[in-house]
Amino acid sequence: MLRYVLRRLALSLVTLLILLIVITLIPNLAPGDPARKIAGAFASPERLQSVTESLGLDDSIPEQFIDLIGDVVTLDFGDSFTRPGQSVFGLVRAALWNSFKLVLFALAITLPISIGAGIWAAYKKDSIADRSIVTVGLALSSIPEFVSGVILQAFLAVPIAFFKVSADPPPGASLATNLNFLLLPALSVLIVYFGYIARITRAGTITSLDADYTRTAFMKGLTTRQVFRRHVLRNALQPTVAVTGTQLGYLFGGLVGLEFVFNYPGLGRLILDAARGADYPVLRGGVVTVALIYMLATLGADLIIAWMNPRARLAQGGEG
Amino acid sequence: MTDLPHAEDLTAATVFEAEITDPDELGGATRKQIRREQRRILFRSPAFIVGVLIVGFWIFSALFPGVLSTWGPKDFVTTDDGAALVREPPSSDAWFGTDRVGRDVYSRVIHGARPVLIVAPVAAAIAVAAGTLLGLVIGYYKGWVDELVSRIIEGFLSVPVILLAIIVLFTFGSSRPVIIGTIAILFTPVVARTIRAATLAEAQLDYVTSAKMRGENGFFIITREILPNITNIIVVELTVRLGFAIFTVATLAFLGIVADDLTDADWGVDVSENYEQIANDVWWPTVFPALAIASIVIAVNLIADSIDKATRA
Repeated sequence: MLRYVLRRLALSLVTLLILLIVITLIPNLAPGDPARKIAGAFASPERLQSVTESLGLDDSIPEQFIDLIGDVVTLDFGDSFTRPGQSVFGLVRAALWNSFKLVLFALAITLPISIGAGIWAAYKKDSIADRSIVTVGLALSSIPEFVSGVILQAFLAVPIAFFKVSADPPPGASLATNLNFLLLPALSVLIVYFGYIARITRAGTITSLDADYTRTAFMKGLTTRQVFRRHVLRNALQPTVAVTGTQLGYLFGGLVGLEFVFNYPGLGRLILDAARGADYPVLRGGVVTVALIYMLATLGADLIIAWMNPRARLAQGGEG
Repeated sequence: MTDLPHAEDLTAATVFEAEITDPDELGGATRKQIRREQRRILFRSPAFIVGVLIVGFWIFSALFPGVLSTWGPKDFVTTDDGAALVREPPSSDAWFGTDRVGRDVYSRVIHGARPVLIVAPVAAAIAVAAGTLLGLVIGYYKGWVDELVSRIIEGFLSVPVILLAIIVLFTFGSSRPVIIGTIAILFTPVVARTIRAATLAEAQLDYVTSAKMRGENGFFIITREILPNITNIIVVELTVRLGFAIFTVATLAFLGIVADDLTDADWGVDVSENYEQIANDVWWPTVFPALAIASIVIAVNLIADSIDKATRA
């Protein structure tokens, strides 16, 4: 088990290094002088020089790469260019916290509904309920979240005062108020992911229901509920866990459009604004954070699967 | 993967469940029969028909917007006595209402099909071509190249496509070729991963072994033996990627990243220019282009799913 974890960590580390190379290369490959772009067309030569230095663009690319690794290790990406005096760490931390609240609430709504629908569809395979869950889920998935966001705003937030157009509650609001403001963005996430997660769960459950161990369990005389709880779900939900893990990176950094529509200051918004303002320190810090979340989430998902399924644990550990 | 991933599910499932037929056992006629049977199932599937009708409607709008709309995308709507209609709700004068400067929302929706339908299919096609090539090569030869390329693919997949696209496009500017190229490059890794998995599965089958024993070279085996046997997977991948390309193009436009040589109307841009008025109950300039985006994505999904089902039947 330990060997398996170490092997997974090493692979993640290589992946992270490759991403850091890409991040280092981007400002160097950009047409024109990035420092000029940041400082503005009429910046003084001194200002230009200071921006170039803080970007490290005078150094060779390998040196910039080493510097970036240092930044990642110390989690210190310096100060923002466009928001003077604010550290990248502080900005990312605030945005990360906001994203965390949104993602947690969205998953708390999305996972039970989608997994429940997937299991139900598998149990009632080929029934009308099954077909509707699969088709509706498929149709709704991959509608961009900003699209479902504005449609929810128009048809829920405007006629019904309970739903809010903005996701940013007044400062000092209670937990309930916070959740109330986050409800529509969370529902948009549900719309995007319902079909995907329900489908994966359905497929996993069908495979598991067909398996010999399930037949044995039924023949032992266990009730349906017992069979599901003790035998089916443990195996059926492994793909769902894996998929949820890979999606966490997207939920933390990819909901740019959604955060925009609901005026919500999450990580996606922070990175978008940084890209717009050529605020490279914030950009780097933000992107590295999203990548780290992805890596930790996929690692976490693999560990949960190993815990759910000793066979996978042994197979992967033995290979490593 | 972090680009929206529903695709992955679909494609992974495809790879897993794909009926792997050994061409050495099947005569040419049999394979033709299988294909014909698959087409028959496909053309009878209601989801496929609905999807094709919707996509067909938008292609027609993109090609001949003037046929379907009375106003130009930038014209200001006036009544017969010359009064301007601004922020007018849907009515018989303007089916989808007029926006805050008095343009006809319906005409803008019809004209808005063009930019999406130029950028997304081209980007998806390039990505699938490049990803297929890459996936075939690393899946067949394996070894350290595969190890390295697979790590690079993982690296790309660890950051959402939309974020990488934003960064690249703000750095390199956003002309239409750059947008197409960026989406194509960012979609290539996930395609390569799917095709690699399919190639790995195929390479273990007897027909590949016997081709190797006949002394065929790698190029021949990849292009003439493996490739024809994974065309189903490639076609599904192409439709799925098309859906995501539309998703990405629309989101980028919504965030203000569109070709500088802009086009007269764009769905994503229209949503972003108007959505703040929803709070004032002016919903129509936002909701109609939003529904247009939703409808084309749904249609492409339905087509992808029916092709997937038909090839597995």
